[in-house]
Amino acid sequence: MIRLQDVTKRYPGGQEALHGVSLEVNKGEFVLLLGHSGAGKSTLLKLMAAIERPTSGAVWVSGQNLGGLRPAAIPYLRRNFGLVFQDHKLLLDRSVRENVALPLRITGFDGADIARRVRAALDRVGLRDKENAHPVELSGGEQQRVCIARAIVHRPAIVLADEPTANLDDAYAREIVALFQALHQVGVTLVVSTHAPQVFESVRPRQVVLSKGSLAA
Amino acid sequence: MRTWLREHALAFSDTLGRMGRSPVGTLLSILVIGIALALPAGLHVLLKNLATLAPERSAEPELTLYLQADLAEPDRKGLESRLAGHVAVSKVRFVPRDVALKELEKATGMASIQEEIGRNPLPDAFVVAGRRGAADALEKLQAEAGRWPGIEHAQLDSAWARQVDSALRAGRVFILMLAGVLVVGLGAVTFNTIRLQILNRREEIEVSKLIGATNAFIRRPFLYFGAIQAVAGALLSWLLVELAVGALETQLGQGASLLSPGESLMRLSLLDLVGAGLIAALVGWIGAWLSVAFHLRRLDPT
Repeated sequence: MIRLQDVTKRYPGGQEALHGVSLEVNKGEFVLLLGHSGAGKSTLLKLMAAIERPTSGAVWVSGQNLGGLRPAAIPYLRRNFGLVFQDHKLLLDRSVRENVALPLRITGFDGADIARRVRAALDRVGLRDKENAHPVELSGGEQQRVCIARAIVHRPAIVLADEPTANLDDAYAREIVALFQALHQVGVTLVVSTHAPQVFESVRPRQVVLSKGSLAA
Repeated sequence: MRTWLREHALAFSDTLGRMGRSPVGTLLSILVIGIALALPAGLHVLLKNLATLAPERSAEPELTLYLQADLAEPDRKGLESRLAGHVAVSKVRFVPRDVALKELEKATGMASIQEEIGRNPLPDAFVVAGRRGAADALEKLQAEAGRWPGIEHAQLDSAWARQVDSALRAGRVFILMLAGVLVVGLGAVTFNTIRLQILNRREEIEVSKLIGATNAFIRRPFLYFGAIQAVAGALLSWLLVELAVGALETQLGQGASLLSPGESLMRLSLLDLVGAGLIAALVGWIGAWLSVAFHLRRLDPT
Protein backbone atom coordinates (compact mmCIF):
# COMPACT_ATOMS: atom_id res chain seq x y z
CA MET A 1 0.00 0.00 0.00
CA ILE A 2 2.87 2.35 0.84
CA ARG A 3 6.33 1.81 -0.55
CA LEU A 4 9.47 3.88 -0.13
CA GLN A 5 12.33 3.06 -2.42
CA ASP A 6 15.82 4.25 -1.48
CA VAL A 7 14.46 7.55 -0.22
CA THR A 8 16.76 10.33 0.85
CA LYS A 9 15.47 13.62 2.18
CA ARG A 10 17.78 16.57 2.57
CA TYR A 11 16.34 19.89 3.75
CA PRO A 12 17.49 23.25 2.40
CA GLY A 13 20.60 24.04 4.39
CA GLY A 14 21.97 20.57 3.90
CA GLN A 15 20.51 18.74 6.91
CA GLU A 16 19.86 15.13 5.90
CA ALA A 17 16.73 13.79 7.64
CA LEU A 18 16.57 10.43 5.84
CA HIS A 19 19.16 8.48 3.94
CA GLY A 20 18.49 5.57 1.60
CA VAL A 21 15.31 4.38 3.33
CA SER A 22 13.37 1.55 1.70
CA LEU A 23 10.21 0.40 3.40
CA GLU A 24 6.98 -1.33 2.46
CA VAL A 25 3.72 -1.07 4.41
CA ASN A 26 1.05 -3.51 3.34
CA LYS A 27 -2.65 -2.86 3.25
CA GLY A 28 -4.23 -3.26 6.69
CA GLU A 29 -0.87 -3.39 8.41
CA PHE A 30 -0.13 -1.63 11.72
CA VAL A 31 3.41 -0.25 11.65
CA LEU A 32 5.09 1.46 14.56
CA LEU A 33 7.95 3.83 13.71
CA LEU A 34 10.42 3.95 16.56
CA GLY A 35 13.46 6.09 17.16
CA HIS A 36 14.86 8.96 19.11
CA SER A 37 14.00 12.58 18.42
CA GLY A 38 15.55 13.62 15.11
CA ALA A 39 15.72 10.04 13.85
CA GLY A 40 13.54 10.96 10.87
CA LYS A 41 10.15 9.53 11.95
CA SER A 42 8.18 12.72 11.25
CA THR A 43 9.92 13.24 7.92
CA LEU A 44 9.06 9.69 6.90
CA LEU A 45 5.37 10.30 7.67
CA LYS A 46 5.41 13.60 5.78
CA LEU A 47 6.88 11.88 2.73
CA MET A 48 4.11 9.27 2.85
CA ALA A 49 1.45 12.02 2.98
CA ALA A 50 3.09 13.99 0.15
CA ILE A 51 3.70 16.89 2.54
CA GLU A 52 7.39 16.64 1.75
CA ARG A 53 9.02 15.48 -1.47
CA PRO A 54 12.04 13.17 -1.40
CA THR A 55 15.37 14.59 -2.53
CA SER A 56 16.00 11.25 -4.22
CA GLY A 57 14.25 7.90 -4.38
CA ALA A 58 10.52 7.29 -4.80
CA VAL A 59 7.41 7.06 -2.63
CA TRP A 60 4.47 4.96 -3.81
CA VAL A 61 0.99 5.08 -2.27
CA SER A 62 -1.75 2.76 -3.54
CA GLY A 63 0.28 2.14 -6.69
CA GLN A 64 0.85 5.84 -7.42
CA ASN A 65 4.34 7.29 -7.57
CA LEU A 66 3.97 10.53 -5.64
CA GLY A 67 6.84 12.09 -7.59
CA GLY A 68 4.79 11.80 -10.78
CA LEU A 69 1.63 13.32 -9.35
CA ARG A 70 0.39 16.64 -10.68
CA PRO A 71 0.15 19.23 -7.87
CA ALA A 72 -3.61 19.37 -8.42
CA ALA A 73 -3.90 15.64 -7.66
CA ILE A 74 -2.17 15.82 -4.28
CA PRO A 75 -5.22 17.07 -2.29
CA TYR A 76 -7.24 14.11 -3.56
CA LEU A 77 -4.44 11.74 -2.51
CA ARG A 78 -4.35 13.29 0.96
CA ARG A 79 -8.06 12.60 1.43
CA ASN A 80 -7.13 8.92 1.67
CA PHE A 81 -5.17 9.69 4.81
CA GLY A 82 -6.10 10.51 8.35
CA LEU A 83 -3.29 12.66 9.68
CA VAL A 84 -2.52 13.03 13.37
CA PHE A 85 -0.01 15.78 13.96
CA GLN A 86 2.35 16.04 16.86
CA ASP A 87 1.37 19.70 17.34
CA HIS A 88 -2.34 18.92 16.68
CA LYS A 89 -2.80 21.72 14.12
CA LEU A 90 -6.26 22.58 15.43
CA LEU A 91 -7.95 25.84 14.42
CA LEU A 92 -8.13 27.86 17.59
CA ASP A 93 -11.02 30.08 16.50
CA ARG A 94 -13.23 27.08 15.67
CA SER A 95 -15.12 24.80 18.00
CA VAL A 96 -14.20 21.17 18.47
CA ARG A 97 -17.15 20.22 16.26
CA GLU A 98 -16.02 22.55 13.47
CA ASN A 99 -12.45 21.29 13.69
CA VAL A 100 -13.52 17.69 13.40
CA ALA A 101 -15.95 18.53 10.58
CA LEU A 102 -13.25 20.16 8.44
CA PRO A 103 -12.22 17.06 6.41
CA LEU A 104 -15.89 16.34 5.69
CA ARG A 105 -16.56 19.89 4.54
CA ILE A 106 -13.52 19.69 2.30
CA THR A 107 -14.76 16.43 0.80
CA GLY A 108 -18.25 17.88 0.20
CA PHE A 109 -20.42 15.95 2.65
CA ASP A 110 -23.87 17.36 3.35
CA GLY A 111 -24.78 18.94 6.67
CA ALA A 112 -26.70 16.01 8.17
CA ASP A 113 -23.98 13.53 7.26
CA ILE A 114 -21.34 15.83 8.71
CA ALA A 115 -23.22 16.16 12.02
CA ARG A 116 -23.71 12.38 12.29
CA ARG A 117 -20.10 11.51 11.51
CA VAL A 118 -18.67 14.22 13.77
CA ARG A 119 -20.76 12.95 16.69
CA ALA A 120 -19.58 9.40 16.02
CA ALA A 121 -15.91 10.46 15.85
CA LEU A 122 -16.17 12.49 19.05
CA ASP A 123 -17.85 9.54 20.75
CA ARG A 124 -14.92 7.35 19.81
CA VAL A 125 -12.39 9.70 21.40
CA GLY A 126 -14.63 10.43 24.39
CA LEU A 127 -15.13 14.12 23.70
CA ARG A 128 -18.79 14.30 22.76
CA ASP A 129 -19.46 16.61 25.69
CA LYS A 130 -16.80 19.05 24.46
CA GLU A 131 -18.09 19.55 20.93
CA ASN A 132 -18.87 23.24 21.46
CA ALA A 133 -15.65 24.00 23.30
CA HIS A 134 -12.72 25.72 21.61
CA PRO A 135 -9.26 24.11 21.56
CA VAL A 136 -7.84 26.65 24.01
CA GLU A 137 -10.35 25.43 26.60
CA LEU A 138 -9.02 21.87 26.34
CA SER A 139 -6.04 20.15 27.89
CA GLY A 140 -3.15 18.98 25.71
CA GLY A 141 -4.47 15.43 25.84
CA GLU A 142 -7.95 16.52 24.83
CA GLN A 143 -6.55 18.51 21.95
CA GLN A 144 -4.68 15.42 20.81
CA ARG A 145 -7.93 13.43 20.89
CA VAL A 146 -9.70 16.11 18.84
CA CYS A 147 -6.88 15.80 16.33
CA ILE A 148 -7.42 12.03 16.23
CA ALA A 149 -11.18 12.50 15.81
CA ARG A 150 -10.50 14.80 12.85
CA ALA A 151 -8.15 12.19 11.39
CA ILE A 152 -10.69 9.37 11.48
CA VAL A 153 -13.95 11.24 10.86
CA HIS A 154 -13.89 10.64 7.10
CA ARG A 155 -12.97 6.97 7.57
CA PRO A 156 -9.66 7.05 5.74
CA ALA A 157 -7.93 3.99 4.37
CA ILE A 158 -4.62 5.00 5.94
CA VAL A 159 -3.92 6.73 9.26
CA LEU A 160 -0.54 8.39 9.67
CA ALA A 161 0.00 9.47 13.26
CA ASP A 162 2.97 11.39 14.57
CA GLU A 163 3.41 10.79 18.29
CA PRO A 164 -0.34 10.47 18.93
CA THR A 165 0.07 9.47 22.58
CA ALA A 166 2.81 11.95 23.46
CA ASN A 167 0.57 14.36 25.35
CA LEU A 168 -1.75 11.81 26.92
CA ASP A 169 -1.70 10.29 30.35
CA ASP A 170 -1.43 6.55 30.49
CA ALA A 171 -5.16 5.86 30.66
CA TYR A 172 -6.03 8.06 27.66
CA ALA A 173 -2.99 6.77 25.78
CA ARG A 174 -4.30 3.24 26.13
CA GLU A 175 -7.76 4.38 24.98
CA ILE A 176 -6.21 5.84 21.86
CA VAL A 177 -4.25 2.66 21.28
CA ALA A 178 -7.49 0.72 21.66
CA LEU A 179 -9.07 3.04 19.10
CA PHE A 180 -6.20 2.44 16.66
CA GLN A 181 -6.55 -1.26 17.27
CA ALA A 182 -10.24 -1.04 16.42
CA LEU A 183 -9.39 0.79 13.20
CA HIS A 184 -6.77 -1.81 12.42
CA GLN A 185 -9.32 -4.57 12.90
CA VAL A 186 -11.60 -3.05 10.26
CA GLY A 187 -8.77 -2.97 7.75
CA VAL A 188 -7.33 0.52 8.15
CA THR A 189 -3.60 0.79 7.50
CA LEU A 190 -1.81 2.55 10.34
CA VAL A 191 1.67 4.02 10.48
CA VAL A 192 2.33 5.49 13.90
CA SER A 193 5.50 7.11 15.15
CA THR A 194 6.25 6.96 18.86
CA HIS A 195 9.06 6.96 21.32
CA ALA A 196 6.91 5.02 23.81
CA PRO A 197 6.37 1.60 22.21
CA GLN A 198 5.31 -0.01 25.47
CA VAL A 199 1.88 1.66 25.19
CA PHE A 200 1.29 -0.31 21.96
CA GLU A 201 2.42 -3.69 23.30
CA SER A 202 -1.11 -5.08 23.36
CA VAL A 203 -1.53 -4.47 19.60
CA ARG A 204 1.71 -6.21 18.67
CA PRO A 205 2.38 -3.99 15.67
CA ARG A 206 5.26 -4.39 13.27
CA GLN A 207 8.09 -2.22 14.56
CA VAL A 208 10.39 -0.22 12.30
CA VAL A 209 13.31 1.48 13.97
CA LEU A 210 14.91 4.60 12.57
CA SER A 211 18.30 5.82 13.67
CA LYS A 212 19.90 8.99 12.36
CA GLY A 213 17.78 8.92 9.23
CA SER A 214 18.35 5.30 8.30
CA LEU A 215 16.52 2.09 9.05
CA ALA A 216 18.17 0.23 11.88
CA ALA A 217 19.11 -3.36 11.15
CA MET B 1 -23.32 18.71 -9.51
CA ARG B 2 -25.21 18.73 -6.19
CA THR B 3 -21.91 18.52 -4.32
CA TRP B 4 -20.54 21.39 -6.39
CA LEU B 5 -23.61 23.52 -5.69
CA ARG B 6 -23.49 22.60 -2.00
CA GLU B 7 -19.83 23.61 -1.82
CA HIS B 8 -20.63 26.96 -3.43
CA ALA B 9 -23.60 27.54 -1.13
CA LEU B 10 -21.39 26.69 1.83
CA ALA B 11 -18.63 29.03 0.68
CA PHE B 12 -21.19 31.80 0.10
CA SER B 13 -22.78 31.45 3.54
CA ASP B 14 -19.34 31.08 5.13
CA THR B 15 -18.29 34.34 3.47
CA LEU B 16 -21.39 36.20 4.68
CA GLY B 17 -20.76 34.83 8.16
CA ARG B 18 -17.18 36.06 8.13
CA MET B 19 -18.28 39.49 6.91
CA GLY B 20 -20.83 39.62 9.70
CA ARG B 21 -18.24 38.66 12.29
CA SER B 22 -16.01 41.62 11.39
CA PRO B 23 -18.61 44.31 10.60
CA VAL B 24 -16.37 47.34 11.05
CA GLY B 25 -13.67 46.17 8.66
CA THR B 26 -16.27 45.01 6.14
CA LEU B 27 -18.19 48.30 6.29
CA LEU B 28 -15.03 50.36 5.92
CA SER B 29 -13.99 48.43 2.83
CA ILE B 30 -17.46 48.79 1.33
CA LEU B 31 -17.45 52.49 2.16
CA VAL B 32 -14.13 53.02 0.39
CA ILE B 33 -15.35 51.20 -2.71
CA GLY B 34 -18.76 52.92 -2.61
CA ILE B 35 -17.30 56.41 -2.42
CA ALA B 36 -14.76 55.65 -5.14
CA LEU B 37 -17.48 54.34 -7.47
CA ALA B 38 -19.88 57.19 -6.59
CA LEU B 39 -17.56 59.69 -8.27
CA PRO B 40 -17.83 58.38 -11.86
CA ALA B 41 -21.46 57.39 -11.27
CA GLY B 42 -22.30 60.92 -10.12
CA LEU B 43 -20.50 62.48 -13.07
CA HIS B 44 -22.35 60.10 -15.37
CA VAL B 45 -25.69 61.32 -13.97
CA LEU B 46 -24.55 64.95 -14.29
CA LEU B 47 -23.71 64.43 -17.96
CA LYS B 48 -27.01 62.68 -18.56
CA ASN B 49 -28.81 65.73 -17.21
CA LEU B 50 -26.68 68.15 -19.22
CA ALA B 51 -27.29 66.11 -22.36
CA THR B 52 -31.06 66.48 -21.94
CA LEU B 53 -30.66 70.25 -22.05
CA ALA B 54 -28.30 70.42 -24.97
CA PRO B 55 -29.73 68.28 -27.78
CA GLU B 56 -32.58 70.52 -28.84
CA ARG B 57 -30.18 73.26 -29.70
CA SER B 58 -27.14 71.31 -30.57
CA ALA B 59 -28.95 68.93 -32.89
CA GLU B 60 -31.00 71.64 -34.60
CA PRO B 61 -28.56 74.41 -35.42
CA GLU B 62 -29.93 77.59 -36.98
CA LEU B 63 -28.75 79.48 -40.03
CA THR B 64 -29.61 83.15 -40.36
CA LEU B 65 -29.59 84.57 -43.89
CA TYR B 66 -29.57 88.37 -44.03
CA LEU B 67 -31.11 89.71 -47.24
CA GLN B 68 -29.95 92.59 -49.39
CA ALA B 69 -31.90 95.79 -48.64
CA ASP B 70 -33.19 96.23 -52.19
CA LEU B 71 -34.37 92.63 -52.69
CA ALA B 72 -37.69 92.48 -54.54
CA GLU B 73 -40.62 90.55 -53.08
CA PRO B 74 -40.72 87.85 -55.85
CA ASP B 75 -37.01 87.24 -55.40
CA ARG B 76 -37.50 86.90 -51.61
CA LYS B 77 -40.29 84.38 -52.18
CA GLY B 78 -38.07 82.52 -54.61
CA LEU B 79 -35.37 82.28 -51.99
CA GLU B 80 -37.87 81.10 -49.40
CA SER B 81 -39.11 78.23 -51.57
CA ARG B 82 -35.55 77.32 -52.51
CA LEU B 83 -34.64 77.09 -48.82
CA ALA B 84 -37.77 75.17 -47.86
CA GLY B 85 -36.93 72.52 -50.44
CA HIS B 86 -33.38 72.06 -49.22
CA VAL B 87 -32.54 68.66 -47.73
CA ALA B 88 -30.83 70.08 -44.61
CA VAL B 89 -33.71 72.41 -43.72
CA SER B 90 -36.59 71.57 -41.43
CA LYS B 91 -38.17 75.00 -41.10
CA VAL B 92 -37.82 78.44 -42.67
CA ARG B 93 -39.05 81.57 -40.94
CA PHE B 94 -39.03 85.00 -42.56
CA VAL B 95 -38.21 87.82 -40.13
CA PRO B 96 -39.02 91.24 -41.61
CA ARG B 97 -36.68 94.02 -40.59
CA ASP B 98 -39.43 95.82 -38.59
CA VAL B 99 -40.10 92.71 -36.54
CA ALA B 100 -36.36 92.18 -36.08
CA LEU B 101 -36.00 95.73 -34.80
CA LYS B 102 -38.85 95.28 -32.31
CA GLU B 103 -37.30 92.03 -31.08
CA LEU B 104 -33.94 93.76 -30.69
CA GLU B 105 -35.49 96.66 -28.81
CA LYS B 106 -37.32 94.25 -26.55
CA ALA B 107 -34.27 92.09 -25.94
CA THR B 108 -31.92 94.98 -25.23
CA GLY B 109 -34.39 97.30 -23.51
CA MET B 110 -33.42 100.07 -25.89
CA ALA B 111 -36.81 101.41 -26.91
CA SER B 112 -35.89 103.94 -29.58
CA ILE B 113 -33.04 102.67 -31.68
CA GLN B 114 -34.71 103.88 -34.86
CA GLU B 115 -35.27 107.35 -33.45
CA GLU B 116 -31.70 107.58 -32.27
CA ILE B 117 -30.08 106.72 -35.55
CA GLY B 118 -32.83 107.96 -37.87
CA ARG B 119 -33.48 104.66 -39.66
CA ASN B 120 -33.95 100.90 -39.13
CA PRO B 121 -30.43 99.48 -39.52
CA LEU B 122 -31.53 95.84 -39.65
CA PRO B 123 -32.09 93.88 -42.88
CA ASP B 124 -34.87 91.36 -43.60
CA ALA B 125 -33.76 87.85 -42.79
CA PHE B 126 -34.60 84.18 -43.03
CA VAL B 127 -34.06 82.05 -39.93
CA VAL B 128 -33.49 78.50 -41.13
CA ALA B 129 -33.73 75.58 -38.73
CA GLY B 130 -31.66 72.58 -39.74
CA ARG B 131 -32.79 69.01 -39.51
CA ARG B 132 -31.70 67.02 -36.43
CA GLY B 133 -28.19 65.69 -37.01
CA ALA B 134 -27.74 67.65 -40.29
CA ALA B 135 -25.26 70.17 -38.91
CA ASP B 136 -22.69 69.43 -41.61
CA ALA B 137 -25.25 69.88 -44.39
CA LEU B 138 -26.33 73.17 -42.87
CA GLU B 139 -22.74 74.32 -42.88
CA LYS B 140 -22.57 73.54 -46.60
CA LEU B 141 -25.82 75.44 -47.06
CA GLN B 142 -24.24 78.43 -45.31
CA ALA B 143 -21.38 78.49 -47.79
CA GLU B 144 -23.74 77.89 -50.73
CA ALA B 145 -26.40 80.43 -49.73
CA GLY B 146 -23.79 83.08 -49.09
CA ARG B 147 -23.22 83.13 -52.87
CA TRP B 148 -26.92 83.29 -53.85
CA PRO B 149 -28.18 86.50 -55.36
CA GLY B 150 -30.10 88.55 -52.82
CA ILE B 151 -28.26 87.15 -49.77
CA GLU B 152 -26.05 89.70 -48.05
CA HIS B 153 -24.64 87.48 -45.33
CA ALA B 154 -25.12 83.95 -44.01
CA GLN B 155 -24.48 83.22 -40.33
CA LEU B 156 -24.51 79.78 -38.75
CA ASP B 157 -25.53 79.68 -35.11
CA SER B 158 -24.41 76.16 -34.32
CA ALA B 159 -20.86 76.83 -33.18
CA TRP B 160 -21.79 77.01 -29.50
CA ALA B 161 -23.90 73.89 -29.80
CA ARG B 162 -20.98 72.05 -31.33
CA GLN B 163 -18.89 73.17 -28.40
CA VAL B 164 -21.47 71.79 -25.99
CA ASP B 165 -21.47 68.52 -27.93
CA SER B 166 -17.68 68.40 -27.81
CA ALA B 167 -17.70 69.18 -24.09
CA LEU B 168 -20.21 66.38 -23.48
CA ARG B 169 -18.11 63.97 -25.52
CA ALA B 170 -14.97 65.01 -23.64
CA GLY B 171 -16.88 64.62 -20.38
CA ARG B 172 -17.87 61.08 -21.32
CA VAL B 173 -14.28 60.20 -22.20
CA PHE B 174 -13.13 61.69 -18.90
CA ILE B 175 -15.71 59.65 -16.98
CA LEU B 176 -14.67 56.49 -18.80
CA MET B 177 -11.03 57.14 -17.95
CA LEU B 178 -11.87 57.94 -14.35
CA ALA B 179 -14.04 54.85 -14.10
CA GLY B 180 -11.20 52.80 -15.60
CA VAL B 181 -8.74 54.10 -13.03
CA LEU B 182 -11.18 53.52 -10.18
CA VAL B 183 -11.96 50.02 -11.42
CA VAL B 184 -8.24 49.25 -11.26
CA GLY B 185 -8.31 50.79 -7.77
CA LEU B 186 -11.21 48.54 -6.83
CA GLY B 187 -9.21 45.53 -8.00
CA ALA B 188 -6.22 46.69 -5.94
CA VAL B 189 -8.35 47.27 -2.82
CA THR B 190 -9.81 43.79 -3.18
CA PHE B 191 -6.37 42.29 -3.78
CA ASN B 192 -5.06 43.86 -0.60
CA THR B 193 -8.11 42.99 1.52
CA ILE B 194 -7.84 39.37 0.45
CA ARG B 195 -4.09 39.39 1.09
CA LEU B 196 -4.74 40.47 4.69
CA GLN B 197 -7.45 37.85 5.07
CA ILE B 198 -5.15 35.14 3.78
CA LEU B 199 -2.50 36.20 6.28
CA ASN B 200 -5.09 36.11 9.07
CA ARG B 201 -6.30 32.67 8.00
CA ARG B 202 -2.88 31.30 7.15
CA GLU B 203 -3.10 28.53 9.74
CA GLU B 204 -6.53 27.44 8.59
CA ILE B 205 -5.41 27.36 4.97
CA GLU B 206 -2.31 25.33 5.78
CA VAL B 207 -4.27 22.80 7.83
CA SER B 208 -6.96 22.57 5.16
CA LYS B 209 -4.35 21.89 2.49
CA LEU B 210 -2.73 19.24 4.66
CA ILE B 211 -5.97 17.33 5.00
CA GLY B 212 -6.94 17.45 1.36
CA ALA B 213 -8.41 20.83 0.46
CA THR B 214 -7.98 21.77 -3.18
CA ASN B 215 -6.96 25.28 -4.19
CA ALA B 216 -10.48 25.76 -5.55
CA PHE B 217 -11.98 24.94 -2.15
CA ILE B 218 -9.70 27.44 -0.43
CA ARG B 219 -10.10 30.06 -3.12
CA ARG B 220 -13.91 30.00 -3.26
CA PRO B 221 -14.81 31.97 -0.09
CA PHE B 222 -12.27 34.65 -0.98
CA LEU B 223 -13.74 35.02 -4.46
CA TYR B 224 -17.21 35.42 -3.00
CA PHE B 225 -15.84 37.91 -0.52
CA GLY B 226 -14.29 40.02 -3.30
CA ALA B 227 -17.45 39.93 -5.39
CA ILE B 228 -19.88 40.59 -2.52
CA GLN B 229 -17.78 43.45 -1.22
CA ALA B 230 -17.60 45.04 -4.68
CA VAL B 231 -21.34 44.64 -5.34
CA ALA B 232 -22.11 46.15 -1.93
CA GLY B 233 -19.79 49.03 -2.83
CA ALA B 234 -21.63 49.52 -6.14
CA LEU B 235 -24.98 49.56 -4.32
CA LEU B 236 -23.64 52.09 -1.86
CA SER B 237 -22.41 54.30 -4.70
CA TRP B 238 -25.90 54.14 -6.25
CA LEU B 239 -27.41 55.14 -2.90
CA LEU B 240 -24.98 58.05 -2.55
CA VAL B 241 -25.76 59.30 -6.07
CA GLU B 242 -29.51 58.96 -5.44
CA LEU B 243 -29.19 61.01 -2.26
CA ALA B 244 -27.10 63.64 -4.03
CA VAL B 245 -29.55 63.91 -6.95
CA GLY B 246 -32.47 64.09 -4.52
CA ALA B 247 -30.82 66.92 -2.60
CA LEU B 248 -29.95 68.74 -5.83
CA GLU B 249 -33.49 68.33 -7.12
CA THR B 250 -34.87 69.92 -3.96
CA GLN B 251 -32.50 72.84 -4.29
CA LEU B 252 -33.18 73.37 -8.00
CA GLY B 253 -36.93 73.01 -7.56
CA GLN B 254 -37.55 74.95 -4.36
CA GLY B 255 -34.50 77.13 -3.90
CA ALA B 256 -33.56 78.19 -7.40
CA SER B 257 -36.92 77.49 -9.13
CA LEU B 258 -35.06 75.99 -12.07
CA LEU B 259 -37.29 72.93 -12.18
CA SER B 260 -41.00 73.16 -12.89
CA PRO B 261 -43.39 71.27 -10.61
CA GLY B 262 -43.41 67.63 -11.66
CA GLU B 263 -40.11 68.01 -13.49
CA SER B 264 -37.23 65.92 -12.15
CA LEU B 265 -33.57 65.30 -12.80
CA MET B 266 -32.39 62.15 -14.52
CA ARG B 267 -31.02 59.45 -12.25
CA LEU B 268 -29.02 56.24 -12.62
CA SER B 269 -31.16 53.79 -14.55
CA LEU B 270 -31.71 50.16 -13.58
CA LEU B 271 -29.42 49.26 -16.47
CA ASP B 272 -26.72 51.55 -15.06
CA LEU B 273 -27.12 49.93 -11.65
CA VAL B 274 -27.06 46.36 -12.95
CA GLY B 275 -24.12 47.13 -15.24
CA ALA B 276 -22.13 48.77 -12.44
CA GLY B 277 -22.96 45.86 -10.10
CA LEU B 278 -21.84 43.27 -12.65
CA ILE B 279 -18.62 45.09 -13.49
CA ALA B 280 -17.86 45.60 -9.79
CA ALA B 281 -18.55 41.92 -9.05
CA LEU B 282 -16.32 40.84 -11.92
CA VAL B 283 -13.49 43.16 -10.87
CA GLY B 284 -13.84 42.10 -7.21
CA TRP B 285 -13.78 38.47 -8.28
CA ILE B 286 -10.71 38.96 -10.48
CA GLY B 287 -8.89 40.97 -7.79
CA ALA B 288 -9.60 38.24 -5.25
CA TRP B 289 -8.58 35.49 -7.67
CA LEU B 290 -5.24 37.14 -8.42
CA SER B 291 -4.59 37.72 -4.73
CA VAL B 292 -5.40 34.12 -3.77
CA ALA B 293 -3.39 32.70 -6.67
CA PHE B 294 -0.42 34.88 -5.72
CA HIS B 295 -0.51 34.15 -1.99
CA LEU B 296 -1.62 30.50 -1.99
CA ARG B 297 1.57 29.44 -3.69
CA ARG B 298 3.47 30.65 -0.64
CA LEU B 299 1.32 28.56 1.69
CA ASP B 300 1.80 25.28 -0.12
CA PRO B 301 2.97 22.78 2.49
CA THR B 302 4.92 20.73 -0.08
